[in-house]
Amino acid sequence: MRDRIFRWESVLLLLVVAVLVYGASSTTGFSSSDNIAFLLLDNTEVALLALGLLPIVLTGEIDLSVASVLGFCSALTGQLWNAGMSFETIVPIVLVAGAVLGTVNAALIVKFGLPSLAVTIGTLGLYRGLAYVVLGDGAVTGFPENFRPLATDTVPGTFVPYATVVVIVVGALIALVVHFTPVGRALYAIGLGSETSRFSGIRVDRVKMSLYVVSGVIAALASLVYTLRYNSARADNANGLELTAVAAVLLGGVSIFGGRGTVVGVLTALLLMAGLRNVLFLNDVTNEIQNVISGLLLIISVLVPVVTNLLRKRRHAAAAPPPPSTQTPSPPDPVGAAAASGPYEEDQR
Amino acid sequence: MNLSRLRTLFSGREMSIVAALIVVVAVTTVVNTSFLSGQGIHDLFLNASIIALLAIGQTLLVITRNIDLSVGSVMGLTAFLSGQLFINDHGTPVFLVLLAGIALGAVCGAFNGALVAVAKVPALVVTLGTLYVFRGLDYGWATATGVQQVNADQMSPSFLSFGSGSLLGIPNLTILTVIVLAGAAYALHNWRSGRELYAIGSNPQAARLAGIPAGRRVFTAFVLSGALAGLAGVLHASYFGTINASVGGGRELDVVAAVVVGGVAIFGGSGSVLGAVLGALLLTTITSALPILGVPAFWQRAVSGAALLLAISLDRAVMLRVATKLREQRSASRA
Amino acid sequence: MAAPEQTPPPLLELRTVSKSFEAVKALRGVSLTLRAGEVHGLAGENGAGKSTLVRVIGGEHRPDVGEVLLNGVVVDFSSPRDAQHNGVAVIHQEPTQFPDLSVAENVFMGRQPLRSGRRVDRREMRRRAAELFDQLGVPIDPQRPTRGLSIADQQIIEIAKALSAEARIIVMDEPTAALSSLEADRLFGVARRLAEGGAALLFISHRLDEMYALCDRVTVLRDGAVVAEGVPMSEIDQDTLVRRMVGRPVDQLFPQRDTDAGDELLVVEGLTRSGVFNDISFSVRRGEIVGLAGLVGSGRSEVARAIFGIDPLDAGSVRVQGAELPSGKPRAAIDSGLALVPEDRREQGLILDLSIERNASLARLRAVSDKGIVRRSAERALARKWADRLGLKSGALSDPVATLSGGNQQKVVLGKWLATDPSVLIVDEPTRGIDIGAKVEVHLLLSDLAARGMAILLISSELPEVLGMADRVLVMHEGRITAELGKDEATEEAVMYAATGNLKGSVA
Repeated sequence: MRDRIFRWESVLLLLVVAVLVYGASSTTGFSSSDNIAFLLLDNTEVALLALGLLPIVLTGEIDLSVASVLGFCSALTGQLWNAGMSFETIVPIVLVAGAVLGTVNAALIVKFGLPSLAVTIGTLGLYRGLAYVVLGDGAVTGFPENFRPLATDTVPGTFVPYATVVVIVVGALIALVVHFTPVGRALYAIGLGSETSRFSGIRVDRVKMSLYVVSGVIAALASLVYTLRYNSARADNANGLELTAVAAVLLGGVSIFGGRGTVVGVLTALLLMAGLRNVLFLNDVTNEIQNVISGLLLIISVLVPVVTNLLRKRRHAAAAPPPPSTQTPSPPDPVGAAAASGPYEEDQR
Repeated sequence: MNLSRLRTLFSGREMSIVAALIVVVAVTTVVNTSFLSGQGIHDLFLNASIIALLAIGQTLLVITRNIDLSVGSVMGLTAFLSGQLFINDHGTPVFLVLLAGIALGAVCGAFNGALVAVAKVPALVVTLGTLYVFRGLDYGWATATGVQQVNADQMSPSFLSFGSGSLLGIPNLTILTVIVLAGAAYALHNWRSGRELYAIGSNPQAARLAGIPAGRRVFTAFVLSGALAGLAGVLHASYFGTINASVGGGRELDVVAAVVVGGVAIFGGSGSVLGAVLGALLLTTITSALPILGVPAFWQRAVSGAALLLAISLDRAVMLRVATKLREQRSASRA
Repeated sequence: MAAPEQTPPPLLELRTVSKSFEAVKALRGVSLTLRAGEVHGLAGENGAGKSTLVRVIGGEHRPDVGEVLLNGVVVDFSSPRDAQHNGVAVIHQEPTQFPDLSVAENVFMGRQPLRSGRRVDRREMRRRAAELFDQLGVPIDPQRPTRGLSIADQQIIEIAKALSAEARIIVMDEPTAALSSLEADRLFGVARRLAEGGAALLFISHRLDEMYALCDRVTVLRDGAVVAEGVPMSEIDQDTLVRRMVGRPVDQLFPQRDTDAGDELLVVEGLTRSGVFNDISFSVRRGEIVGLAGLVGSGRSEVARAIFGIDPLDAGSVRVQGAELPSGKPRAAIDSGLALVPEDRREQGLILDLSIERNASLARLRAVSDKGIVRRSAERALARKWADRLGLKSGALSDPVATLSGGNQQKVVLGKWLATDPSVLIVDEPTRGIDIGAKVEVHLLLSDLAARGMAILLISSELPEVLGMADRVLVMHEGRITAELGKDEATEEAVMYAATGNLKGSVA
């Protein structure tokens, strides 16, 4: 019943290995520790944003405002730094700001019941706009020497950047909650059947709201890394990064309809995208062509289950027995999108 | 007779947008009377035309519960195409450039449509992918031909005058948009296929059972949306004159905002192209009004975002009130 | 109906139709004849093959063996659309319509009358729709949006759709499951009118009394085969009918019970939610089964949901085992010993895509966790325990619940809620849409639970069930309790009387 062999995560892993092997064997400079460090470092923020997005997408919602939260927090950082505040004080303030922005999303989406796609398109604009209001057009630089290395350097003796350690820690925490705790189970339940979840005593509203707040805090964290790494706070920092983060989540096998997906899948997808971009970059392929590859990967990732479903249906010539009740269950979603339930099988860890 | 005709033409939602528009214009004119001058109105409609065109195409899709995030990238492609055509032959007729842009847009739309309607992949995912792919192709084309930017002087004068010109005081671009609007509104209101678009978005399963060829309809909607985006790109080139491979970036979100403000439900099944165009007009007007009202330019994006949030919140509030009234009505009628 | 000398061919005939899906033989040599002007009933347990039969008639499936004949001519429907074009219409239990579009447009979608220039002729559409509703004897405004219409009205729209497509064969698949008896009567009137107009109707229902009220003949399916074909209703009594369906004598559907009611475990006072229900007060004692009867739409499920905390309360209090419950918090209700088996099994009771195990543990996630981590072994054990206790027939417990029959699905829901160890159990339509065998099991279970001291509130629209199971019957009408009847007072008439709003002198 469950084709473990064809789990999407395995496919992704294979692709990652293929890319790494290709890179190591045919691209000069790929396997140097400097390059690996750069590869990992450059994708820290998108990884953090994607990890924060995962629980939200699991419940069947979306948050397109994450990069704008990052931008706002970066702008706030710059402004406070300019005003002479110490960095130690700025950090908690910025994290709280992220939480506040997340709460606004939460209130509109959960309390008001507004559709998350429309709301987060609105807050995407609103927060980015507020970033400009706070900092204007310019850039703030000159961030403290004792903090910057945390965002740019590697753990001494290895090729692993401190920033990547942060990603791993955040990833591990999210994996723990999503895959092993009752709250995590609740996420999948809400994504697959929110009414039943409500009837089962799951505090659907409270759970959903907390996800947006967490996403906001993670985006704020990402903004700190970004600002320190580039040593520049600007209102347009990470402009457009939300789409890359969403692409990574979807590529990682998380269903846009909710209820399916794993942290491992998202991390592997991030690694795949990072590796591919790096190899292309070293081969002097422009950024935009890299985007083409990302876009194609995304499309392929959702085509694969459609194709495998088709092949499976051909194999079992006759249809399966109809469900015993009089009405066939129907997904309430986009035309014909019912078949695309995601490139993985059911049970999650 | 005329008044009731007007009422059926403009729904409640459209009236509210017009009302909001009047308020914004009134307030702004008080501050600066030239806002409502001939030139002022001319520029207002001109600015709104391109986004209105995109909004019409997007409405066709959102009605069916789909979305097209790649419109900005398609715009970029066809704007660049226009530039390339002129580099190739400085005297390329305007008509040909328009046609080429529409055709390329339609092809992009067909690609999206095939994946969504035939392969049954969710529109959000597909168009997110093609947003990247088309934009990448745009840049790739620029790199391959070594043309990073096309300047106005490289284009034919008739092309440029088409973009900035007007007929009887109304900008050409606006006339074009109004024609497309009329056509789309007519089709959606009067043709069976138009009604079927609403049906598909209102209840996809029922649409299937009713024998509506949903795949074909959605595919066509994508082709049309692509074609309109293609047209928008060419118009952008003819209006601005200078183009590079980044044209249209970020437009997709502006378009969705316009459509939602215009009353098109993101869940499909309801809304009108007129509403979407009015939504585009309203948002553009607000953006133009802000600097006059002394609001620093930096507030523009924030205000746009806030307007969108306000619009959907109001929608929701109204819907809740209607639902409560329905509930009370039902329990009262139960006798 | 007396058979004339020269009978015209039946409108629809199935001849030895068989249909299999992989290894399962859903239909075995089924023959069925539908004649114009007749209402033909189709009876059978769940899994007997009724749905498959409907799908074959409706064009969704093609028979593997056998033929389908329309007016004596062999036909082969390639799709539901094809069947519709040939005059076959299927009215489903939950009609699928376009809520954003008008009633008239719903009736004519895809077939809208046109005027010059291929434009939809709205005026004509409206006129024709009004005409149809007139014909059916049901006034519905063709211009109003379909959103917000009751299921009963939606079904009438489906029938209007069928008529407008000139359907001659109309299949009604469990149409009354969500209807009040008033609405059902209206539907029967419409059905008879259709039959009188020359159509052939196939009426499928679990409610045998309805079948006797409406149908001229009945065909019984059991395990995919016909065990009684086209028997006139007057020639078969209910017991025999049930026996044919089940294949074994069914002595009593409802277990006998001696009630020894204890203290009050659930006390609700003055529950009010404006526009929905008003001043609801009652109590349920330990060991007691209290029935809550009433027409569909009288507010019973809403009261249950408000007690449980899913819906808000404007006023009133709920006390479980003496302690007052905070309103609007299902979690608090569960923790205090209250459990609600919801009305809609598929949307509120289960998550169809999840496994049996995961559904079973959904209300007790914390209990199967250790130090914040969910233990799969504990979850499996919980599921196993209740599957055994309730006699669940399934494959592996890791299979999705969607693969189970209605009766087994209901067992999963029951198991899930019994696993929370409740002292008060509210069951809302516990045997709706499940076969007789499973129904008996559920009734025995409820009886047993009550005997062990659980307080049970049984909400049901099936009068025999309420009368057979309950110690006391509360009747609701339009959001108010109109009667409280003891076991002796509770007769069908008394309950119907109160359910339709007539207040007896002695009752509140």
